[in-house]
Amino acid sequence: MNAMLLLLADSRLPAGGHAHSGGTEQAVASGAVHDVASLAAFLRGRLATAGLVAAGLAAAAVTASGAGWAELDAEADARTASPAQREAARTQGRLLLRVARRIWPAPALDELAAAVPSPHHPVVLGAVAAATGCSPRDAALAAAYNAVTGPATAAVRLLGLDPVEVHRLLAGLAPALEDTAATAASACAAGESARLPAHAAPALDLLAEQHIRTEVRLFIS
Amino acid sequence: MGGNHADHHHAPDGHGRALRLGIGGPVGSGKTALVAALCRTLGPSMRLGVVTNDIYTTEDADFLRRAGVLDPERISAVQTGCCPHTAIRDDIAANIDAVEGLEERFGPLDLVIVESGGDNLTATFSRGLADKQIFVLDVSGGDKVPRKGGPGVTTADLLLINKTDLAPLVGADLTVMSRDAAAVRDGKPVLFTSLREDRGAHSVAEWVTGLVHDWAHHHRAPAPTTSTA
Amino acid sequence: MTAPPDRAQSERAQPERALSERARDDRAQADRAQAGWAHAPGRAARSIHARAAVVAEAGPGGRTRLTTLRSAPPLTLRQTGPERVHLVSTAAGPLGGDHLELDILVTEGATLELGSIASTLVLPGPGRSAMVVTAQVAAGGRLTFAPEPTVLAAGCDHAMTVRLALHADASAYWREEIVFGRHGETPGRCHARFDATVDGRPLLRQEFTVGDPAVDGSPAVYGDARCVGNVLVAGPGFTHPEPGVAPGRAVLPLAGPGTLILALAPDAVELRRRLA
Repeated sequence: MNAMLLLLADSRLPAGGHAHSGGTEQAVASGAVHDVASLAAFLRGRLATAGLVAAGLAAAAVTASGAGWAELDAEADARTASPAQREAARTQGRLLLRVARRIWPAPALDELAAAVPSPHHPVVLGAVAAATGCSPRDAALAAAYNAVTGPATAAVRLLGLDPVEVHRLLAGLAPALEDTAATAASACAAGESARLPAHAAPALDLLAEQHIRTEVRLFIS
Repeated sequence: MGGNHADHHHAPDGHGRALRLGIGGPVGSGKTALVAALCRTLGPSMRLGVVTNDIYTTEDADFLRRAGVLDPERISAVQTGCCPHTAIRDDIAANIDAVEGLEERFGPLDLVIVESGGDNLTATFSRGLADKQIFVLDVSGGDKVPRKGGPGVTTADLLLINKTDLAPLVGADLTVMSRDAAAVRDGKPVLFTSLREDRGAHSVAEWVTGLVHDWAHHHRAPAPTTSTA
Repeated sequence: MTAPPDRAQSERAQPERALSERARDDRAQADRAQAGWAHAPGRAARSIHARAAVVAEAGPGGRTRLTTLRSAPPLTLRQTGPERVHLVSTAAGPLGGDHLELDILVTEGATLELGSIASTLVLPGPGRSAMVVTAQVAAGGRLTFAPEPTVLAAGCDHAMTVRLALHADASAYWREEIVFGRHGETPGRCHARFDATVDGRPLLRQEFTVGDPAVDGSPAVYGDARCVGNVLVAGPGFTHPEPGVAPGRAVLPLAGPGTLILALAPDAVELRRRLA
């Protein structure tokens, strides 16, 4: 654990994350998420799928360079079947990269921007983590944390849930976050980006595609 | 792949880019009507772009597109995740992205207007997003609003008090509003208008034109060839 | 709410779980008996390792010939048309411990359609069962892989692996359906991994997990669906469906040269309808 990781994972990092709900807005609209218990089930499933995938990609990005950037970004594409989710991931990645290049200037970030103009968010997250001296496991933990905290906050705003209750739920997820980061880091240590976690979440795909076609929405994703 | 826009993002000092004008204010005060009016008046002589932050996503953008005051492609909508003030103040990344996207697609531009989603009196634009900002109030909120102050009222580069035609109906005293605003604004300008009657917002357009000329002069952007109506 | 939400939820689910576990044990016993009966005596005790293969080649005049058709019970392959093969299961299972492999090669310009006669019922046994399908489609080749669903019986522990390697000019229509138990049955565990590449570049990589408490019933993963399915349409040889979304179904244009039809459904019949 280091101070840079705290800054990087903080929702106050001004990189546009606050306007993404990661499918929560649509899950609330459909009634699938309606209270703290259903939010808990939503977040656990999200962490075990999209969260683990993001964690693996972020961990791998810590050691990426050169042609590895485009390769890793293509691996992210292949794990994101929904075009709406690819767009959301690339938008968030682009914003994070732009902000990070001002906060933590590093040749690797310039190299990534040159190789992939709007990379998937986890790839950028890993690259920024490396620029700040974080390990692959740190990067994976930040990605896993992002995968649940943004949606949890969105649920608080959309459903008026008790924020303390929701944070208690997040605290309960801490061991799962650690496990996810460890799994991702060891998958990444195997060295082959093709073998990184690829856990699909069909319901998230459906929610994302419904959301992007919804006229009235408060969140980008 | 060298020519990507991450590499072309503008220096924070504003050189080589358009003036960014924020328009904020409470819900229903007339922000979108002001944007439409400015587009109507300035559109013929300036290269414009508009970013809207309506809380209901594309509603404002759709209004502007329907109003036919600007090429719909030049209007970009940003979702703010229930927090319009966050998107213009604390985390401006999505708005910067939208502004730079417009400049990249249609640039060079003279002026990019960023309209905030309707919010409360404490909402102001970050200086990282808007070079200048207008705060829009309307008289129906009561003539005490300027006295209450708040960062929007006190720090905006221009305070616009709209719907003056309603003043007699809601019992608002414009003299009081003018006096109170002057007291809290330290000499910064206050304008009164009725956008329903002045569909070109000519006094505001004139003020904006002055800003754009100054901006172009100081930041070596191509100067607009212009006069306001 | 006084108890942490997770615990409250699991407490509510307790009585139901106890019942379904009893039902699962009964059914698993019946399954073991049936598997022993369906195959040779001692079947349940000895695991099977089997590797079947089919090779489709374009012969003179562009007609496809099946130059290899190697069955390996329980994977029995029957030619049912000039370019068509069906998998005919000649034993129950796979059972836990079984390791089954199917290799498919469609060479340049050839066409192959592969289906199955019945759904695959994955049963428990001593250890994990595995099904590995490796398919390669060369330039101008066209592969349809559309077997009946894989049904996960109670207590099973199954791994499904698909490696689909396509040449840039190859085409594939690949269907995969997983049913979470027979009617009213709580499924065992399953991990499925699907990797499709085009000229070595990744097109689609997906893993599905069933039997993980974090995932089962999560509104982010399967919701209240009882089955999940995919159709991957890749390459120029098939009509790609129009992008769109409907209840329980989405048509997703991939970043690479493919389209994925994705569906969740309450039952296998509805799943098939949504994947059509």
